[in-house]
Amino acid sequence: MTFLDWYREDRLPHIYCTGCGNGTVINCTLEAVEQMGWAVDDTVFISGIGCSSRAPGYIKTDSLHTTHGRALAFATGVKLANPRLNVVVFTGDGDLAAIGGNHFIHACRRNVDLTVVCMNNMIYGMTGGQGSPCTPVGAISTTTPYGAAEPVFDLSELAVTAGANYVARWTSYHVKELTKAVKVGLETPGFSFIEALTQCPTAYGRRNKLRQVSDMINYLRTNVILIQKTQRMRERGEAVPKDKIPVGEFVRRNRPAMGVPK
Amino acid sequence: MSKIEFMQGNTACAEGALAAGCNFFGGYPITPSTEIAEHMARRLPKKDGVFIQMEDEIASIAAVIGASWTGARAMTATSGPGFSLMMENIGYAVMTETPCVIVNIQRGGPSTGQPTMGAQGDMLQCRFGSHGDYSTIALCPSSAQEMYDLTVKAFNLADRFRLPVFVMSDEVIAHTRERITIPDHVEIVPRRPLEKGTLPFHGGDDGVPGFPEFGRGHGVHVTGLTHDERGYPEATDPHIHETLVRRLVSKVESARHDIADYEVVNPDAETVFVTYGPPTRTVKQVMHDHPDDNVGHLHLRIVWPFPERLLKIFTNAKTFIVPEMNMGQIVREVERHTCLPVIRVPKLGGELHTPDELHKLLEARP
Repeated sequence: MTFLDWYREDRLPHIYCTGCGNGTVINCTLEAVEQMGWAVDDTVFISGIGCSSRAPGYIKTDSLHTTHGRALAFATGVKLANPRLNVVVFTGDGDLAAIGGNHFIHACRRNVDLTVVCMNNMIYGMTGGQGSPCTPVGAISTTTPYGAAEPVFDLSELAVTAGANYVARWTSYHVKELTKAVKVGLETPGFSFIEALTQCPTAYGRRNKLRQVSDMINYLRTNVILIQKTQRMRERGEAVPKDKIPVGEFVRRNRPAMGVPK
Repeated sequence: MSKIEFMQGNTACAEGALAAGCNFFGGYPITPSTEIAEHMARRLPKKDGVFIQMEDEIASIAAVIGASWTGARAMTATSGPGFSLMMENIGYAVMTETPCVIVNIQRGGPSTGQPTMGAQGDMLQCRFGSHGDYSTIALCPSSAQEMYDLTVKAFNLADRFRLPVFVMSDEVIAHTRERITIPDHVEIVPRRPLEKGTLPFHGGDDGVPGFPEFGRGHGVHVTGLTHDERGYPEATDPHIHETLVRRLVSKVESARHDIADYEVVNPDAETVFVTYGPPTRTVKQVMHDHPDDNVGHLHLRIVWPFPERLLKIFTNAKTFIVPEMNMGQIVREVERHTCLPVIRVPKLGGELHTPDELHKLLEARP
């Protein structure tokens, strides 16, 4: 089998726009799942609402496309009721950080044995480009026409603080690193959170001088900094550039977890 | 041998759930339902079940629905404010045809209202509270015994019809301690599994699809979007939407006389009380204190789907009297199914109707 065999072919074509980064993230996730050697019948994909959350519909395992923001609460029920199932959650920045914020921190705190892949495109794509808790300050969206004024949630730092066993952030440009991070997440007992910054040329790039797909991918490539590098800079007393987003592995630990198969 | 116990309604509800094979409880503390969660927290781990206290009621019902898809008999218990929070995911359970049991120990509303007082104010909310057209089943216990029996029944109905089933109790019944008989054995009717080769959302003869439990190789896609019989989203096809919603409603409504659970006293009477829940007890007291063959009683244990045909059992009826602990909710159903005069006896504040209040109504008859 290859990762392509996990797709539900009769559901294609998908709904994603030209140049969307979500397909890359789904491919990386399925590649990691395939590398785990998991059986289709023992694996469940769960999601909330939004572009990211349409992913499980294209995968041929059992899948639960739930209500907006609540995927982690549904996933907690699935995993605790049957720990034998491998449960992977797809979510987005609006789904996870805004309406689902409470479920996010509590799922991290419980350290339920789930792997969560968050496609953070910094915008509400499905509803046409409204600002999210991850829209960068100053960015234009349909609900921040004069530039986003609210500070951004750092989802990975939040997951670390709230207690997740494994946290990593990459982008849809960093395909190999992202795939590896998802695999480590799948291997790690407890709650694993992988944040994937993705391009949304249609709802984000178009309004923020990143009109070409390649512009947004370049933005993701050049606006990140390895987390190890930021740590070294801090140790040396150097200023960490504020406009760069740290990527890499944020934490890997072994706190007591729930729903781990016996 | 069955056993005699002395327990409050909430404990009886939890024990009924356990007897029915409930193996997953997700909940959040809220007066006056909390004893159910507390009892399940003590008992479930010892029976290899799962108890989890979620971060709120939205998460509680979500976890219950998730658990149900793995085949668990799953339930939650709450009261008005929590019930309001659950509404969206209740609609999700309806749309995805997920069996589960939701206990609402009603208290005085709106809003925070009267946390420690009984009420029947959520009877329309449980029928219409989530958005869109749908139908549902609601059971209304009037004693600790019925808390036990109807909770068992709720699980069987949820599995049979594949939907969320409500046990609509209230603070009075939940906290009244009384004698109950615990049977040795209760009837458990498990959900019918999906047959291989059948589409997961094909209704079949009774409109109820077989259940494609997760982890059994069905590869089912479950979504709250309008979906075809494969479970695939088809949110813009008018025909698919209409077919799906009509099936969700008719699988319940077409069975409503089969679902009906009731007790009839004096079917030849001219004046007939219609009750569910606590006012049932007051009417029984009045009829005990003032025996009169001309006073009848229809006691509904299942209120939704409303079994309107039962009103016709009382062929000599001239008046229906409907005492309720609300401003008049189920009385609307009685009114729209009869041409006879219907007397509303609303009661707010959290106290029961007194036997005197109801007896005075009888004495005032022409």
